[in-house]
Amino acid sequence: MTNSYIPLLFLLAIGAGFAVLSVGTSLVVGPKRYNRAKMEAYECGIQPTPHASGGGRVPIKYYLTAMLFIVFDVESIFLYPFAVAFNSLGLFALVEMVLFILTVFVAYAYVWRRGGLDWD
Amino acid sequence: MIPALGAQYLGAQLPGVDLVPATFNYAALSPILVVLGVATVGVLVEAFVPLRSRYAAQVGLTLAGLVAAFLLLVLLAVNHQTATAGLKVLGGAVLGSVIIDGPALFLQGTILVFAILGVLTMAERLGGVGADAFTPMGSATPGSGQEALALRAGSMTSEVFPLTLFAVAGMMLFPSAGDLLTMFISLEVLSLPLYLLTGLARRRRLISQEASLKYFLLGAFSSAFFLFGTALLYGYSGSVYLPDIAAAIPQGGSELNGLLVPGVFLVAVGLLFKVGAVPFHSWIPDVYQGAPTPVTGFMAAATKLAAFGAILRVVYVGIESARWQWSPAIAVVAILTMVVGAVLSVTQTDVKRLLAYSSIAHAGFILVGVLAFDRTGVSGVMFYLVSYGLTTIAAFAIVGLVRADGAEATHLSQWAGLGRRHPWTAGTFAFLLLAFAGIPLTSGFTAKFAVFEPALRSGATGTIMVVVGLLASAVTVFVYVRIIVLMYFTDSQNDAVAVVTPSVMTTIAITFGAAMTLVLGVWPTELLQLSASASQFLR
Amino acid sequence: MHTLTNGLGAYAGPVALAGEGPVTAVTASGITAYAWLLVALPALGAAILLVGGKRTNAFGPLLATLLSWGSFVVGLLVVISMAGRADADRAAHLHLFSWINVGSFNLDAGQRLDPLSMAFVLLITFVGSLIHVYSLGYMKDDPDKRKFFAYLNLFVAAMLLLVTADSYLLLYVGWEGVGLASWLLIGFWNDNPAYATAANKAFIANRVGDLGLSVAIMIMFFQFGHVDFASVDAGAANASPGALTAMGLFLLLGACGKSAQFPLQSWLGDAMAGPTPVSALIHAATMVTAGVYLVVRSHAIFEGSPTAQLVVVIVGAITLLFGAVVGCAKDDMKKALAASTMSQIGYMMLAAGLGPVGYVFAIFHLLTHGFFKAGMFLGAGSVMHGMNDQVNMRRFGGLRTVMTITWATFMMGWLAILGVPPFAGYWSKDKIIEAAFIGEGWRPWVFGLAALIGAGITAFYMSRLFFMTFHGKKRWTEDIHHPHESPLTMTIPMMVLAFGSVVLGAILGFGQTSLLQSWLNPVFGITAGTEGEPVLPANLLLGLTLVLVLAGAGLAWVRYVRDVVPEIAPHGNLVTQAARNDLYQDAVNEGALMRPGIHLTRSLVFTDTRGIDGAASGLGALVIGASTRLRKLQNGYVRSYALTMLAGVVIILGAVWVMQ
Repeated sequence: MTNSYIPLLFLLAIGAGFAVLSVGTSLVVGPKRYNRAKMEAYECGIQPTPHASGGGRVPIKYYLTAMLFIVFDVESIFLYPFAVAFNSLGLFALVEMVLFILTVFVAYAYVWRRGGLDWD
Repeated sequence: MIPALGAQYLGAQLPGVDLVPATFNYAALSPILVVLGVATVGVLVEAFVPLRSRYAAQVGLTLAGLVAAFLLLVLLAVNHQTATAGLKVLGGAVLGSVIIDGPALFLQGTILVFAILGVLTMAERLGGVGADAFTPMGSATPGSGQEALALRAGSMTSEVFPLTLFAVAGMMLFPSAGDLLTMFISLEVLSLPLYLLTGLARRRRLISQEASLKYFLLGAFSSAFFLFGTALLYGYSGSVYLPDIAAAIPQGGSELNGLLVPGVFLVAVGLLFKVGAVPFHSWIPDVYQGAPTPVTGFMAAATKLAAFGAILRVVYVGIESARWQWSPAIAVVAILTMVVGAVLSVTQTDVKRLLAYSSIAHAGFILVGVLAFDRTGVSGVMFYLVSYGLTTIAAFAIVGLVRADGAEATHLSQWAGLGRRHPWTAGTFAFLLLAFAGIPLTSGFTAKFAVFEPALRSGATGTIMVVVGLLASAVTVFVYVRIIVLMYFTDSQNDAVAVVTPSVMTTIAITFGAAMTLVLGVWPTELLQLSASASQFLR
Repeated sequence: MHTLTNGLGAYAGPVALAGEGPVTAVTASGITAYAWLLVALPALGAAILLVGGKRTNAFGPLLATLLSWGSFVVGLLVVISMAGRADADRAAHLHLFSWINVGSFNLDAGQRLDPLSMAFVLLITFVGSLIHVYSLGYMKDDPDKRKFFAYLNLFVAAMLLLVTADSYLLLYVGWEGVGLASWLLIGFWNDNPAYATAANKAFIANRVGDLGLSVAIMIMFFQFGHVDFASVDAGAANASPGALTAMGLFLLLGACGKSAQFPLQSWLGDAMAGPTPVSALIHAATMVTAGVYLVVRSHAIFEGSPTAQLVVVIVGAITLLFGAVVGCAKDDMKKALAASTMSQIGYMMLAAGLGPVGYVFAIFHLLTHGFFKAGMFLGAGSVMHGMNDQVNMRRFGGLRTVMTITWATFMMGWLAILGVPPFAGYWSKDKIIEAAFIGEGWRPWVFGLAALIGAGITAFYMSRLFFMTFHGKKRWTEDIHHPHESPLTMTIPMMVLAFGSVVLGAILGFGQTSLLQSWLNPVFGITAGTEGEPVLPANLLLGLTLVLVLAGAGLAWVRYVRDVVPEIAPHGNLVTQAARNDLYQDAVNEGALMRPGIHLTRSLVFTDTRGIDGAASGLGALVIGASTRLRKLQNGYVRSYALTMLAGVVIILGAVWVMQ
């Protein structure tokens, strides 16, 4: 019974090692040039803490766009295994996949027609 | 050779399951497929049909789809009956992931009926352009200029109809799921649209959005429990299929035994959350109050039915043989649910919250029937769900009609003297309340009888639960009579409160609900027989 | 009809244990198989009038009246066919439909047509139909006449369902039905807030009673697994005395609510707000006697529990004195009659609690009372009709000359209730007094004396009512100029009832084994000669009763005919004041029983915006308190909700872990 867990432990060790290694290496080797943007968290240009005025709200559009991205992201992730196993799955899977893409496309059509893709 | 439609099913490569070619019994799945298909078309309607004809198109399409699905289901059920003089039932479609058997057919049919009634009440316009209960623009900040603009432009959230259909499809799948993963997916499919629908009320937007958020957070929380429980049960039995889990139980004695009971309870938490059993009930009052009233009615009736269907399936197909290990705790939950629901309803001052607590108490009564562990228990529970749902939809529809200055007058004090000014509405509501209370000649009485009787025969625990149930009923009688007294014997202090005249759609829903409440009280035999004949689970 | 004897009748239904009296019932055949028409005809009438709406205004009332008579004819035919059968085969059972069919519990809706229920059927349909006729005149100008007749028909249907039901559950349905009809009719003129309040009071008092009945039914279900009369009767033979006592007491609570018996008597006086024909039919002759029916019908239960029986007798005795005392002080003619009704039902209750000795007399008095009290109520209605709807007897007087028919018919009722031979009350009430004196120890003395004294007081207040209204000087108010006799539609029913008040007692009660006794015997299975002897000789009792009655009537004559009756009620002494205020029943109810109830009522109707914090004590308050406390858990924070859920999961898993 214990045997079956050994690979898991290995995986854990490798994962931890990778994290430690990459962060540690960048600490040691990386150049250190500090400026304003570099001091911000995430270094992405958005203030992470609330502004003094205005409540620090981020427009909902960011989230909308992010969600739409995830939908298509997930779709493409499904396409990978399908493409890999296409030969053995045959017609049935093709039909299923077309149906899947069609339904996602319906959602896309809705978003597009109702202005979800317009930034303003 | 690979068959034309039926391939090596990917999911079947789970360990412990042999590779079996999937067979899709499309006939058995057709009602669900129709509902899903119509919902997808509904999304397209939203995208391409111009605003002014969108309402009519959506309502027509939705109702047509639901009726078509219901007819298909009836056809299926009739064939099913003629084909199964013995106990040979339409095979579990899709590798047993979906099982269409007697209870599944009965519950799916009921869900479709509830959905038709629910859509009829949701579509009520009261003279406006869009459905009256829903905001013209869900994404606008409440009270903002954008919202006012949308209202003037004649916008509406007719998305509620496809959303409802998606929820209905999830509900239909829920009690027919043969494995815990399908059950989980259908749980999410039914929940997500409901979270959205909850947040779309036209009036009191903030409370509605708050309810939506609470529902979502707590729903996600309970889903996590359900998944965790599924994982534990998989660890125990090596399968997520309920019959496999059932088969694994009698072997017992393995080192994994400790996984079974926690797994059962965690799965149960996810399901008990949906029916609103104590201590997983806290979302119910807030959500029922915040959601648009027709949605509340639909949710109270159909979600409860679907979730109890799933509970029945998990219990009777999966984990019945281990019942000595888990049923005492669930009995405690049932008792708590009845007591808390009944006691808390006493101090409510808002009609919708009051009905919410009453719904909690009813969940307790139904649990009593679930724990009877025999076929009469199953049929009693199913009968209860039907009668409670019909009464509830009608009751919430009436709540939606009592208005003061255009908004719903839900504070109880606003209902004072309603009986004098609107005798029909108040009379119907009083009758529905009597049904909730379980007075003879209403469906509520027969239903209580149908769940208490098997419980009483099931042994000492059952007897205790029935006694508590009767006491709790007595408390709720007080609550309901209080409202009746209020409507008939108290003078109104507020003349602004009036019953708006609904369209024929709401009238149909209310009339049907109230009439069935009476019919199931006076002549319940037909439905009792139907539910009894449909009470055999396919294992 | 005699050919319709039970040639076809196979034995049906659960058969009672041998030796338990002839409770077996044959399947209904012949005309008896159509007994469902009894209920269906008036129900049809109510439906037509209510659904048909204004279109039926023209012919509705007449139709309702005809259907009620139709019910009477059916009842009469059933009785005739029943009389043609042998004693043991008289009880018939009519299966209507399979009602509730859950697991092992099967309950059929059916009718039990035995001599007891048929006696009631005849009373209800006959008096009910007469009152329909009377109402044609009385309600002639009321704009809502159609609705009134619809409700009357509804009442008759529900009442007939109540007395012909074959199970406690179906009886309960009828029980609720008559309650509904009664409530609708008390509040018929609900534009007047006081009337609506009266309806309210009746509603609440009746709910308390109904709760008792439903609890009793639940206990039966627990105990026997059945709720039909036959099974309960059979089961009662073997049940434990404790369970029987519980059932009996809860049944009695139900009976007290419906029959306005102590301590739930307070609603009856206020119920007089309804139209007078309603008071006559529902609140005098029929519905209020349903409690007596319930006790007598459940005799198997009460016989198994001497405690419950004793309580029945005590309740009866208290109520009969209570009603009599209150009746002495009321100036409102209808309320005085209501007090008298309460008191007379107290007599019936007392008799019903005495056991087999009393059943027949309870029913007997119920039937005669139904006639003479309905007659007097109709008389009161006739007086009101002629006197601009006034009810204050101090402003009546001397009506004998202007309303001769009313006076004469009322006199028959008056003599009957006094128990003057040979009027109806003599045959029934004196028998109850005699029966109350049967027994051992202190009981016959207490209950017998209560019944005896009650008879004297009854004589006083009924004579007071009669003299103040019809005799003495005219004390009419200024707006009354020419009181007139009522139209024939009103007076004919009064005459018929008056005739009944004269002869019914003698017809049913004459002889060693009276007609009624032999008719009802199959139901109770009483063997003659087991009744025991009263502690005082029967003739002495008869003499004493008559002397007391004469004294009471004489006193009334002195005070209300010879002396001048003041137009304004004198201040009176403490006792008079107490009686005028219904012996402070409302104050007592509120103080002792309903102190929490007041607060409850207040929270019930949300008159104060503060809500519920006024609740003080009692079970209701306990629930409310728990509710208020539990409510705090529902604080609106989603984090605490999630915590509740988590705590629930942890507790459950913890408990499981501990147990394993």
